[in-house]
Amino acid sequence: MSELVDVTLNVNGQPYALRVEPRRTLLDTIRDECGLTGTHMGCEHGVCGACTVLVDGDPIRACLMFAVQAQGSAIRTVEGLARGGDLHLLQRALITHHGVQCGFCTPGFLMLVTGVLEREPDIGDEALLDVLASNLCRCTGYQGIVAAMRAAVAELRGLRE
Amino acid sequence: MGTKRSATRILGRSVARLEDPPLLTGRGVFVGDIRFPRQLHMRVVRSPYANAALHSVDIAPALAAPGIVAVWTAADIADLPPIDFRDPAAEALRPYRQPLLARERLRYVGEPVAVVFATDPYLAEDAAELVSVEADELTPILDASASPRSFAPGLSNEAMVLRAGYGDVETAFASAHVVVALDLTIGRHSGVPLETRGALARFDAARDVLELYGAAKVPHRNRDALARMFGRSTTAVVLKEGNTGGGFGVRGELYPEDFLVCVAAMRLGRPVKWIEDRREHLMAANHSREQRHHARAAVDADGHILALEDEFNLDQGAYVRTHGARVAEMTIAMVPGPYRIPAYRSVCHFRLTNKTPAATYRAPGRFEGTFVRERLLDAVADRLGLDRVTVRRRNLITASEMPFFRPLNALGTEVVYDSGDYPLLLDKALARIGWVSLQADLRRRRAAGELVGSGIAIFVEKGGLGPLDGTRITVDTTGAVELVTGGSAVGQGFATAMAQICADTLGVDYRRVRVVSGQTDRIQYGIGAHASRASVMTGSATHAAALKVRAKALDMAASLLQASPNELDIVEGVVAHRDQPGGASISLADVARHLAPDSPTLGDRDPGLTDEGWFRSDHMTYPYGVQIGVVRVDAETGQATVERFLLAYDIGRSINPMLVEGQLVGGFVQGLGGALYEEFRYDERGEPLSVTLADYLLPTVRETPAVEVLVTEDAPSPLNPLGIKSVGEGGITGVGAVIAAAIDEAIGMPGGVTRLPATPQRIKALLRAAAQRGRPAAAEG
Repeated sequence: MSELVDVTLNVNGQPYALRVEPRRTLLDTIRDECGLTGTHMGCEHGVCGACTVLVDGDPIRACLMFAVQAQGSAIRTVEGLARGGDLHLLQRALITHHGVQCGFCTPGFLMLVTGVLEREPDIGDEALLDVLASNLCRCTGYQGIVAAMRAAVAELRGLRE
Repeated sequence: MGTKRSATRILGRSVARLEDPPLLTGRGVFVGDIRFPRQLHMRVVRSPYANAALHSVDIAPALAAPGIVAVWTAADIADLPPIDFRDPAAEALRPYRQPLLARERLRYVGEPVAVVFATDPYLAEDAAELVSVEADELTPILDASASPRSFAPGLSNEAMVLRAGYGDVETAFASAHVVVALDLTIGRHSGVPLETRGALARFDAARDVLELYGAAKVPHRNRDALARMFGRSTTAVVLKEGNTGGGFGVRGELYPEDFLVCVAAMRLGRPVKWIEDRREHLMAANHSREQRHHARAAVDADGHILALEDEFNLDQGAYVRTHGARVAEMTIAMVPGPYRIPAYRSVCHFRLTNKTPAATYRAPGRFEGTFVRERLLDAVADRLGLDRVTVRRRNLITASEMPFFRPLNALGTEVVYDSGDYPLLLDKALARIGWVSLQADLRRRRAAGELVGSGIAIFVEKGGLGPLDGTRITVDTTGAVELVTGGSAVGQGFATAMAQICADTLGVDYRRVRVVSGQTDRIQYGIGAHASRASVMTGSATHAAALKVRAKALDMAASLLQASPNELDIVEGVVAHRDQPGGASISLADVARHLAPDSPTLGDRDPGLTDEGWFRSDHMTYPYGVQIGVVRVDAETGQATVERFLLAYDIGRSINPMLVEGQLVGGFVQGLGGALYEEFRYDERGEPLSVTLADYLLPTVRETPAVEVLVTEDAPSPLNPLGIKSVGEGGITGVGAVIAAAIDEAIGMPGGVTRLPATPQRIKALLRAAAQRGRPAAAEG
């Protein structure tokens, strides 16, 4: 066991003053120390994307980052997406288009696409599919996820026009 | 039922899922999300050898490591027997059961050898690395098609030979116009849910109750098995299901780890949690599918099948787990599929090897059997120069032959196809895909040099495995409905489907129905969610219970409204006169209040707006499907890409079409994985090579075509009141067969694909072979 170090994580706008081992991943820290268990562990080697969170706006595999590396960054997780009782438009789209079955991969897809759309709201369809191909789902066959995300992109476009 | 109600019927509508909001907001509770005060974390030390004589396990350095509370080897749990079968299984299989921790022999890489318990999962993992295993490595058995060998003293690795069949196979083959014979292999792959396995046990000494969180699939049956193992009463073992990150046959089986956390919780007096990592999952959770078939068909000159003969080797891996030989039995029973097949003989060599133990994965035996049967049909068509659709049509069982009795058994039931019009679904599928113009288009593209082709498969699925399911429905004094089932939710939308059946029957908003599943302390019996049984069995029990609660509500309301019950209807939770809109009415909440134990209006009725419903079934339902796909092959890389895929499926009766489509498409993509990408490979020492998701390739969005779905309700099941047949497995069943046929046509090699997955390397080898055959002069020169 190595020395514990002080780290303050800013998650969904809230500061968490923690003492963690330097080797503790951001994923485990968010889940176990901050108690935000919506971010999921699917593979711990950066392939499946179930642990995707936003770090300073970028979608990041939380299993491949140490908590101490996130000091000073703004972290966003699935728990921060809805505003009060109002679901984020991606969340609503996933309901409408049946993009959720077991729901285990869902937070990762939500944070992935949230991060990408905030930077590139007018993303083209091919680029959107490339983005979605970075995460894995084992239940839905992707059809509902793709339909939901396309609808969300269209809705965003409509909002801007 | 009145017309007013039918206008608002919710059964059969694509309503939004009740499950979604918590899952979308990070508020779902999967087993990894649960933590109890003072909980310990278990880490499993696994065998590094595929086959070895185990001499000693040195745990001393691990015991001295920080945060370690205990380290156990087999010696510490010598009083516990191997893991038993859940269903009755052949006596011959008993010696092949898996111990909780390896004893004298290590039989696969990944087998649990020791367990470490620590205050923190990182510390548990650190200490587990300090455990050393001393063993003499032996030559592993890695090929179930090789001659049987010794597995243990006095035991062959061929644990049993299963035989079944009917009709005069010999005469049929002797009189056949043509016999086609194929050697076909299905690769080792499995469900691989996104959530790995997990278990959290807690012993409540005050109540003398052992609790296990992380249950799935068959919580009640697993409760019974755990209670048997520990010599406890079944009410002193409680299994609790939470959110579940995909089941697919794999999750919810009883594995060594499930028992180990329970024993540890009882003996160490602290909650014990185990969360599997992905590497462990790929070498320790059940594998599936690996079979090699030698199949022969005897046909007449018109392509009528006279007999089928199939002899296959099933690679069971290192132990026989809870299922016994179920996959073998299902394969045997379902190979004949939708065709008449007057005579049939099947022999399965059920063999152990030094790989991860195998069991069921979505459509067990049917994915494999459909690959074999449909490859044979393609070969028959090719051999006789007939169109492949024509050959299939000539052999299909027709609607007039229903119910169709097949003298075979599946899951302990007689195989009787309950209803179906297979030729009708074939016609509809061909029309939907535009088969004739598709073929013309593919011919044009091939003439232009593209490697592109189509495939078709027809199959029979099964669902609704009995024998009995019950549910209890209670309407409380707020009008909320609680539906307690012995079913299980594994991510399929179980709660929504059950709420719809309950709401539709009872006359309430489905969003007011809270569905309880997988809680063994809430209902005494349950058979869970497997074998595509939930919608049929739990659904029919829900229907029965809702009818009783409805009758009770109408009876009470009738006396309050001074009407006769048959004049009343229940709409959106309000009882009112059927024909008097705006007349006297009473809410179900008020009816429940009148039925309270201290209510003066209760009369001699039993208290509570509540009742139980039961549904029994001796036979399974048999939905059926037609799948058609188009595949393009890249001549340079050998990569096959699916361009189009149609899933046509008759499900009898649809509860929620959106969920039905989701099940079918999800199944298809898993089938796509098994057909092209997913394979557990081993090196010559039995070392698993597919232990990360970078080596075991799950399809992503990019590998997945837009899927067309055609759901029909032409053949409701006569076996249950709603006509439901189930949908859980029908998306995956024909995918391997279709893709193989399409690749054959794309590369111009009928019968070319004999092995799944059809990886780029294997397709390249076929292309090279075709090229060599294509230029005999050059080859000979």
